[in-house]
Amino acid sequence: MQSSVSGRAVYAYTGARAFDPALPTVVFVHGAANDHSVWALQSRYFAHHGRNVLAVDLPGHGRSEGTPLPSVEAIAGWLMALLDTLAIETAALVGHSLGSLAVLDATGRHPGRATRIALLGPSVPMPVSDALLDAAKRDDHAAFEMINGWSFSPADQLGGNRLPGVWMTGNAMRLMERCRPGLLHADLAACNGYATGLAAAENVRCPALLIIGERDQMTLPKNARALAAALSDKRVVTIPDCGHSLMTEAPDAVLDALREFL
Amino acid sequence: MAKPKTTHFDTLALHAGARPDPATGARATPIYQSASFVFRDSDHAAALFNMERAGHVYSRISNPTCAVLEERISALEGGVGAIAVASGQAALHLAIVTLMGAGSHIVASRSLYGGSHNLLDFTLPRFGIETTFVNPRNLDDWRRAIRPSTRLLFGETLGNPGLEVLDVPRVAALAHEHGLPLLVDSTFTTPSLMRPFEHGADLVYHSATKFLSGHGVVIGGLLVDSGRFDWNDPGKSAGKFPTLTEPYVGFHGMVFAEESTTAAFLLRARREGIRDFGACMAPMTAFQILQGIETLPLRMQRHVENTRRIVAFLAAHPFVESVGYPELPTHPDRELAGRLLPHGCGAVFSFAIRGTRDQGRRFIERLSIFSHLANVGDAKSLVIHPASTTHFRVATEDLKAAGITEGTIRLSVGLEHADDLIEDLSRALRAAEKG
Repeated sequence: MQSSVSGRAVYAYTGARAFDPALPTVVFVHGAANDHSVWALQSRYFAHHGRNVLAVDLPGHGRSEGTPLPSVEAIAGWLMALLDTLAIETAALVGHSLGSLAVLDATGRHPGRATRIALLGPSVPMPVSDALLDAAKRDDHAAFEMINGWSFSPADQLGGNRLPGVWMTGNAMRLMERCRPGLLHADLAACNGYATGLAAAENVRCPALLIIGERDQMTLPKNARALAAALSDKRVVTIPDCGHSLMTEAPDAVLDALREFL
Repeated sequence: MAKPKTTHFDTLALHAGARPDPATGARATPIYQSASFVFRDSDHAAALFNMERAGHVYSRISNPTCAVLEERISALEGGVGAIAVASGQAALHLAIVTLMGAGSHIVASRSLYGGSHNLLDFTLPRFGIETTFVNPRNLDDWRRAIRPSTRLLFGETLGNPGLEVLDVPRVAALAHEHGLPLLVDSTFTTPSLMRPFEHGADLVYHSATKFLSGHGVVIGGLLVDSGRFDWNDPGKSAGKFPTLTEPYVGFHGMVFAEESTTAAFLLRARREGIRDFGACMAPMTAFQILQGIETLPLRMQRHVENTRRIVAFLAAHPFVESVGYPELPTHPDRELAGRLLPHGCGAVFSFAIRGTRDQGRRFIERLSIFSHLANVGDAKSLVIHPASTTHFRVATEDLKAAGITEGTIRLSVGLEHADDLIEDLSRALRAAEKG
């Protein structure tokens, strides 16, 4: 589905279904240097089970025009603008990593717009190592290698994908390699610079689901505790032996948690 | 936090895609010899059919043992994924029919395996797909052959049987300049000697029957996607690959390039090609190829060591007219081979004896360790006479263009002790020389 925000074309995957204003909507927001395709299985499920699905490509990512937005707050504002453009008053918001911060911030600022939020691989704050930021700033391939190395659990580094025939780390690497220069750094800097997550969490009025990978080395599980404490109506699902690439590493567990929650 | 280490090739050859069986603890990859897999409930069934959940439905589409092999070859090649199929020929066919239909055109090296040549030259034209064959060493030939209807460039890492080294970086750059992917048959080199994706190729396939399985006991093919090619690049590839960029009525209107940014080709190949043409791999075959790949790095090293010794022996033998191995100073691709194949140019090569066709036959018949048969890439050494077997249907002029004469003999050097192989060759050459 093509739309636009501030004159810039926006792409959102809909599971090959036409948007139906009568149905509730679920918005999926990807993480740094990713695009809508990381949600392929989960978003397709909801698109074929009575929901409108918008798995967006953030500005400058995937098929969306523009440059990457410089902060979590800016991404949150863009998300609300997209909902306005599409005349969607309320929606369930699902975000991964950077996307989880954008969902959190948008909901904290506009508590009436989200019916439910699901935050995957969340961390507040979400610090990024200097080594990774520096490599990303240089557009050094080493940055992708660091992310891949920390984003999959040790076991999943060697494969065993539930999706037949796809090499998880290779696929993740190729997706990141499609980033335009500077994009990864912009995304990581947005994560690193976001300081108002706990305040946003305190403003959230709707039910929240946190999905955490037990072996996540990108956003350590312990860094989600303060966030969980700040949310008034929350549920926490920890997926055993799973890293940060939750939708890929544990597609069924993620879908089951989302199904039950949404 | 220290930079994470990447896993080495040798380790991936043993472990990629596999983990101890969660049900039994079996360390070896189990052979899931089951046609179908039980659904949890009706919703689970529907979700699997509609690609909303990951998993296996029916072994023509995917199978757990085959999936381990698919991940393993993807890891070794540096791709995003793969499909295991019934043979190398099935892999080539699947690649082509996934990308194009009637009215399309392929530009291919003229130095191809005879079976590939048959498919392109004789069979596919019946379905409206034409191929122009070019001298793989001449980039201008490749360029001149590209038409508006061209959808694929195709060659072998090492041509068959002349061992022309495909200049993958330059042919890939030419393909990309025209918004086209480059498909490479990497059977002779395996990822142990060359990883074509690192040089710009977009798709790679193997006859896994050869060095990957390594023991001459199975027939199988593997088609690997680099995930790099942009199937909808404005001004380049856009509009050329509707199978990937337009809704497919045969799968709920799915637009494969939207469904997966990186693996659209594989999705279509699995959801249409394997589903409809059905040339799937059997789980037992996948298991045997996995067993072979476990020792691929060790075997390829020994294959190359033995080959180098035999090439040196033959090159110095007075009854041998010529030896075609890219590491020799006389081979036109020596410099290119040094860049693309620093660890060796494989273990299949041809040579010609100074003698009649009868003497050539006597040579082959007097060999005792080398087996006379139509295959390569076995642990055991093999020999064949291409003009009367693998390239039997190729016209004499085309044979000549591919560097094959009546006296050409092709060897596939195995893992025996090199001294024994040289003794076998020496004895047979003496017998042939005596007339």
